[in-house]
Amino acid sequence: MSGLDPYVWSNLVTVALVVGGLALARFVRGQRLWREASVELWRRRRVAIVVVGVYLVIALLDSIAWKGGVPEGTVGVLPNAPLTVVDRLFLDTKEASYSAPLADVEFYGGRPLRRPGTHLLGTDILGRDVLYMSLKGARVALLIGGLTSLIAIPIALFFGVGAGYFGGRFDDFVFFLISTLASMPGILLLIALIMVMGRGTLSVCVALAVTGWVGFRRLSRAETLKLRELDYVVAARALGVSEPRIIWRHVLPNLAHLIVITFVLMFSGLVLSEAVLSWLGIGVDGSWGQMIDGARDELSREPIVWWNIGAAGTALFGLILAVNAVGDAVRDVLDPRTLRAGE
Amino acid sequence: MSALLEVRDLRTVFPGEGGPTPVVDGVSFDLDRGEVLALVGESGSGKSMTAFSILRLVPKPGRVVAGSVRLGGEDLLGLSVTAMRRVRGRRISMIFQEPMTCLNPVVRVGEQVVEAIRLHEDVSRADARDRTRALFAEVGIPDPEARLDAYPHQLSGGLKQRVMIAMALSTRPEMLIADEPTTALDVTVQAQILTLLRELQQSRGTAILLITHDLGIVNELADRVAVMYAGRLVEIAPRVPLLTEPLHPYTQGLLRSMPARGRPGEPLPEIPGVVPRASEWPRGCRFSTRCPVRFEPCAETYPAESHPAAGRRVFCHDVERRLPSEGAR
Repeated sequence: MSGLDPYVWSNLVTVALVVGGLALARFVRGQRLWREASVELWRRRRVAIVVVGVYLVIALLDSIAWKGGVPEGTVGVLPNAPLTVVDRLFLDTKEASYSAPLADVEFYGGRPLRRPGTHLLGTDILGRDVLYMSLKGARVALLIGGLTSLIAIPIALFFGVGAGYFGGRFDDFVFFLISTLASMPGILLLIALIMVMGRGTLSVCVALAVTGWVGFRRLSRAETLKLRELDYVVAARALGVSEPRIIWRHVLPNLAHLIVITFVLMFSGLVLSEAVLSWLGIGVDGSWGQMIDGARDELSREPIVWWNIGAAGTALFGLILAVNAVGDAVRDVLDPRTLRAGE
Repeated sequence: MSALLEVRDLRTVFPGEGGPTPVVDGVSFDLDRGEVLALVGESGSGKSMTAFSILRLVPKPGRVVAGSVRLGGEDLLGLSVTAMRRVRGRRISMIFQEPMTCLNPVVRVGEQVVEAIRLHEDVSRADARDRTRALFAEVGIPDPEARLDAYPHQLSGGLKQRVMIAMALSTRPEMLIADEPTTALDVTVQAQILTLLRELQQSRGTAILLITHDLGIVNELADRVAVMYAGRLVEIAPRVPLLTEPLHPYTQGLLRSMPARGRPGEPLPEIPGVVPRASEWPRGCRFSTRCPVRFEPCAETYPAESHPAAGRRVFCHDVERRLPSEGAR
């Protein structure tokens, strides 16, 4: 296992994600409730879903990597490094320094470029193609949003459903835990956690999750308090169903819509949080946040280098806007209170 | 042969401002095998809490503090949590008032019954599904095969109650607690469900503890009737004598206030006053605040049990007074 290179793992995870996504789609098609919700969602937010889909495809293309197939002497590539599809699309595009979009010469100094007229969004200070960097940021953003939700939502469910269902001591303990968390400034806690765990995608995700689960916990606790008293839970108890099984069969499935809503709404917030962390210098390498952070100094140059921050900002903005639009519709479609009566 | 269920001096309390408030207070009764015993009383008389106490499902912070509940000689109040869970559903099942909300809305109804069966018996999913189909047919669900895969919201209230009954009977329990099983249903559906319960009780020999406030249903289904008032049992008797010659003034009042007995155009007789709150219960007979025949000792001492006839028990000073020969008998 440990003999495998990280890029192989990344490939496996990508394949697993695609297979999992297809399985999920199959499940949704099989369940009338979810199928109707997804059809309604598509009807309402076609454009936003397509936009999110484009980001997803880019991220997937940037996740499948393999070695070899690179001509020797290609600039900007380590020999025998695994390269993703996106990497290969932008092979040999590295310049020495800044280039304006579609320029023929360098922005400062006017030396001729190696690949004149090909940099659609220009290059950054190290001569890297900005379009290329922006595309690579999609994977990082989705990774942060997805992985953090994957950590935070189970924590929130564990403490929320547990506290709501069992109440008593456990509820008190969780409340104590949250009060403790709340008494520390969130951003400082984030920084401290990342300092302790070291920088890297995983530790940023864990840190964001540890500070970000509280809201959904409150929601799931409240919902569980309600579900616990419902007749079918009482009926299940009268039939001799054990408590863990009641939670698994009767409480969690009835929280599913909240989980989906929270996931989508949380997602955009997390991507933005990473940008803030990058600005503080503890973000994830290759993220849009880092591009924006790096572009700070460029704004003070004369003439201004604007395409760098513009590209990263637009990419970030596009994803957040699309995800929020989808999230909003997801809530409308899944929240029973907004459904038309009699359906 | 001893009774299937023997409840003795059952006492269930909830903590209140002025100390613990009993909601079930010294209730004793037997339920024989294959018998239908109706537990009758107004809202808040403690009839549902008696049922929940038997199953040890009294909602927190209430708890059973005294008495015994014996099922086939085994004291349920002394069982471990795990052993009690095996009693629920397997030996005593329960159906509820609101079939609309008693089924999990996100799970197919057939699947819910299959799970109930597999919870208590080691059978394969396919076998459990076959049994569920047979059960659905037995409780009169038309087209059972198709209904297995229906979600609760696709079924009518009557069908849902039939599913609940199928689920409750899936493990062939010795006893069924029916907590107002028809209250939430249309009148025509009510009659169907009552007929179904009667048929099932006869074909399977299941004992039923029927909780209701509807004396019409009592007349339809019960073998014996226990009347509760403010947490206490006031009268217990076989159906016919209780309905034709009730002894306790509260039972008499209940029967008089039945709409079916009223004359058109005349106001329906009612029992004056309301059930007192637990904190205002008199020391003696709980009904003494509203009783038309109350006299000296009623408010002070609780009446002892009197046996005016075989199988009849009444708690009333007035009945005691009118049966002077009882002590000598």
